[in-house]
Amino acid sequence: MIEGILIGLTTALTFQNVLMVMVGCFFGTIIGMLPGLGPMTAIALMIPITYGFDPATGLILMAGVYYGAVFGGSTSSILLNAPGVPGTVATSFDGYPMAQQGKAGKALAIAAWSSFAGGTLSAIYLLFMAPSLSKVSLSFRSPDYFALMILGLTAIAAFSSKGQFLKAMMMVVLGLMLASVGQDSLSDITRFTFDNMNLTDGISFVLVVMATFAMSEALTIILKRNDPTSAAKQVSLTELGSIKINREERTKMYKTIPRSSVIGFLIGVLPGAGATIASFLAYGMERNVVSDQEKEKFGKGSVNGLSAPETANNAACSGSFVPMLTLGIPGSGTTAVMLGALLGFGVQPGPRLYMTNPEIFWSIIMSMYIGMVILLILNLPLIPYIARILAVPKNYLIPLILFFSVTGIYVMSFNNFDIYLMIGIAVVATFLRLYDFPMPPLILAFVLGGLMEENLRRSLLLSNGSWEFLWDRTLTASILATTILIVIWHIYKTFTKKN
Amino acid sequence: MNINTTKIISLLFFIFSAFYLYTAYQIQVFAFDENAPFNARSFPIYLGYAGLFFSGLKLILPDPNTIKVDHKNLEYKKTGILILIAIIYGATILKVGYFLTTSLFLFASYYFLGERRWILMFLLSFPFVAAFMYLLHGILDIYLRDPFLQSIGVMG
Repeated sequence: MIEGILIGLTTALTFQNVLMVMVGCFFGTIIGMLPGLGPMTAIALMIPITYGFDPATGLILMAGVYYGAVFGGSTSSILLNAPGVPGTVATSFDGYPMAQQGKAGKALAIAAWSSFAGGTLSAIYLLFMAPSLSKVSLSFRSPDYFALMILGLTAIAAFSSKGQFLKAMMMVVLGLMLASVGQDSLSDITRFTFDNMNLTDGISFVLVVMATFAMSEALTIILKRNDPTSAAKQVSLTELGSIKINREERTKMYKTIPRSSVIGFLIGVLPGAGATIASFLAYGMERNVVSDQEKEKFGKGSVNGLSAPETANNAACSGSFVPMLTLGIPGSGTTAVMLGALLGFGVQPGPRLYMTNPEIFWSIIMSMYIGMVILLILNLPLIPYIARILAVPKNYLIPLILFFSVTGIYVMSFNNFDIYLMIGIAVVATFLRLYDFPMPPLILAFVLGGLMEENLRRSLLLSNGSWEFLWDRTLTASILATTILIVIWHIYKTFTKKN
Repeated sequence: MNINTTKIISLLFFIFSAFYLYTAYQIQVFAFDENAPFNARSFPIYLGYAGLFFSGLKLILPDPNTIKVDHKNLEYKKTGILILIAIIYGATILKVGYFLTTSLFLFASYYFLGERRWILMFLLSFPFVAAFMYLLHGILDIYLRDPFLQSIGVMG
């Protein structure tokens, strides 16, 4: 292995490859900040460029773009509450409130350091555990995935806000209902389309997230403009751009990062799970383990609440390379695109990859770490300038957020209907937000809806329609038991608090 | 039972879930799939019942955290105008083109939100959109449909 690591380091540290990581990180960050253009699009845009390079260099460039795009997505989540990719939705829960309190620079710095630490730790896990973890990931079956999704949805609902469990569960159901619109994945039967061709392919994630987060946030700001309780605070540019993290905040991060990186990495290793579930689960777990006093700060700009999903989503990015490199099974849409590129280079991923092409296997792992370092070096000095977006007066910022949202949809579909649908969902979401109905459970449910149905279908078909699959396997039963414990714990806490 | 807006929303969600459930039962599946353990209508049916269950619970159980919204302080007029501008923007973007509609949308939105610095309003609409278009269309090679620019020969 040492020999492999040295080969990887030698390949990754050539001038050309370091330059590729830098270029990748830079373009990835810019593309990730644009609505509708997540890491998958960013990498897809790079494929034609990389065909001129050798496989290691091409994949190093793609890895740089991947990390850059994830960081770019976090930036728009924190500053504009407009997460362009599902993996950065949880970042906005505490990142956006922190930015609204005039600490945008600090929020971006916490995100950058957490991403870096998450990526670094997961690169270490990847280094030592990749081959053995691939076997573990293969042992996960449909009932386990289904149980894992139930756990994720319950956790986000239970920890969404004090006394709002039922509201959060209603939003979970609404998210799943929205995800069920369009063609059934197996039989191609259309559902809830009401003979409208525009709904045949379902509702896109970007549309729902832009409507419920960015657009409804913009409408809420206008709606509450004269509300004395929500008057905007005037903050200085120095404070807005400051990236200083004090000792107390650092101490919180030291505790959050290791546990979130483990969750992120392990979830990332599971094919199909990816950064979204990882970030939501890390957020939910973090809220569960911190003190009651700290718990109150969640959703209002908590350092732990921001650090946990940022660490987890980057750790999951590295984790998702495990099934791709060792089994040839992509763990996410993004790694699926990378797998396509890998095959295009004539490299066949699988258990023998690190024996037949050690320079590719190890140089990707090494370049991930180098990519993290370069991303941090490139982005930290830029944070004070990026953070000043929030200093733009609301009269300009609100139309720009609306423009940002509409462009995201327009670029994706060239369809008037999608724009009307987005405006409609945004209006409903704005009204629901007024009455404290949480949006994050809706988004997570929407993202997981298709996968959840698929795994439930497989489980039920394999068990001949019997629901015994829920407790047949120890792993499934353990995950469901954890879900039940979370609900019981939540009910217990609610009652003891009242008493 | 105390009637408040949250309860009314829960009632609306209950009705919506009932409609969703009714529609789910109407989904046509293939004849050979009709008695399968899981078909295209199974998951929506579970969701319909889940919606009825949670919204029903919210309706029945007392609500200790009643949210009160002071409607007098809310800017319905400006929000309504902004939504209307966004709808017009959505309706014209394909026919007229990205550049002109987006620039006019931004300019009109700044105006209705109370901005009167004309030069800044202009700079943050027309040149800003042109630069953004160049980034998307020119650099990232993402196609942007624009009949207006095509008609005047700016875009190929």
